Amino acid sequence: MRKIRTYHEVESQTGDLLVDQIRGQRQRLESRLAGIRSLIAVGSGKGGVGKSLVTANLAAALAGEGCSVGALDADLNGPSLARMLGASGERLVDGAEGVVPAPAACGVRVMSMELLQNDADAPLRWRAPSGDGFLWQSSIETGAVREFLSDVAWGELDFLLMDLPPGTDKMDRIFQLLPGLGTLLLVTTPSEMSRRVVARAARLAREQGIPQVGLVANMTEYVCPCCGHSDPLFPGDGVTRLAGATGLEIWSRIPFDPRLGEGSDRGVPAVIAGGDSPGARAFRALAGRLADLGRTGKEDGR
Amino acid sequence: MKFLCIQCDHIMAFAERQLPGDGTLAAVFECSACGRDIAMLTNPMETQLVSSMGIEIGGRTVPEQPMELVRGNLEGARQDAFVEEEPPAPVRPGRVEWTPDAVDRLGRVPSFVRGMVKRIYTDYARERGIDRMTPEVMDTARSDLGLEGM
Repeated sequence: MRKIRTYHEVESQTGDLLVDQIRGQRQRLESRLAGIRSLIAVGSGKGGVGKSLVTANLAAALAGEGCSVGALDADLNGPSLARMLGASGERLVDGAEGVVPAPAACGVRVMSMELLQNDADAPLRWRAPSGDGFLWQSSIETGAVREFLSDVAWGELDFLLMDLPPGTDKMDRIFQLLPGLGTLLLVTTPSEMSRRVVARAARLAREQGIPQVGLVANMTEYVCPCCGHSDPLFPGDGVTRLAGATGLEIWSRIPFDPRLGEGSDRGVPAVIAGGDSPGARAFRALAGRLADLGRTGKEDGR
Repeated sequence: MKFLCIQCDHIMAFAERQLPGDGTLAAVFECSACGRDIAMLTNPMETQLVSSMGIEIGGRTVPEQPMELVRGNLEGARQDAFVEEEPPAPVRPGRVEWTPDAVDRLGRVPSFVRGMVKRIYTDYARERGIDRMTPEVMDTARSDLGLEGM
């Protein structure tokens, strides 16, 4: 039998045709992220807990603190950040340095699949030979998130907030795309179902070695707008149990506040709508905490 | 992926890419020692598997363009999603003038990818010292760069 040399024994003057391209993608990503002081992912693992609402209001609140902020909607199949930040219908500029993100509320720069689709209510579809889409769909969607990061001219940012899709599998893929991710906010509600799913996401974050992970407890209570009396929305306190079981700190408790939802629907986050609602106050406090950490450079290991 | 000429124990180099039809992609590799060439043929499914990673079989003929994976694969794209950046006031050195015929031809490219395509053609002309973009230059660029469909 003829002895054939191994892949690595064979030297190629043109390099490796595939590996070099992947390495190039990685370098472009790192180069783009070098201009971003703090990258914060907002995830949960669970759907419907308010990740996008947290991302939009936090982005607006940080911008209100005088920070330069970008918001990246990594939830390709359920994009909502552009709408929540009042950037629906905005056009993207094909600039020399990349695609210029859309201007949104409070000067936040936003990138979302919603800005690229003709029908915002249509399910996301990729052009491909018919059938067997499951083979490449996750690959192409991870690639799309990579392009949102590396091919968008984010410029110099204090914060880039990334709204993650539901599902710990998708979170895992994005974490692998971002080895330098410094901060993760895990959004949860006090419900038992949410607690269990978010516990998985917390374990994933620990396995990935993300240095700063904080819990954001959403819809913890209802505050009466007339008398200020508050009552819990869920029986028990799953958030405290989650914090105890995972060893994570609760960075914020966001009360149920109809004005948060109204603001998101109108594209004007409640934190900049001028109101002083309990929800808006909670977001401003969380933004202040992150901004302080950003100033001292402690929230991000990059 | 590497192709080895077993007779010569020599790495084969990428020579050209063709789309011969029925969704086949042909990447031709050549042994510089003995001149033997081979064609690697992929079917649409295999091509899609690789391109879903943002990778071109046989290597890149032009640098990766901003968001080309999304722009090239998204169904139901919003055609007015992108606008071209206003050119800077002073004329840049190496400026490429587009003739009306070339502009007309470019106008037939879907606007979702038009800016990206225009940049590829402009860079092609600038790198070769061509200062007028004509349909003929576009044809040559398309052939040289393997940009069938643009």
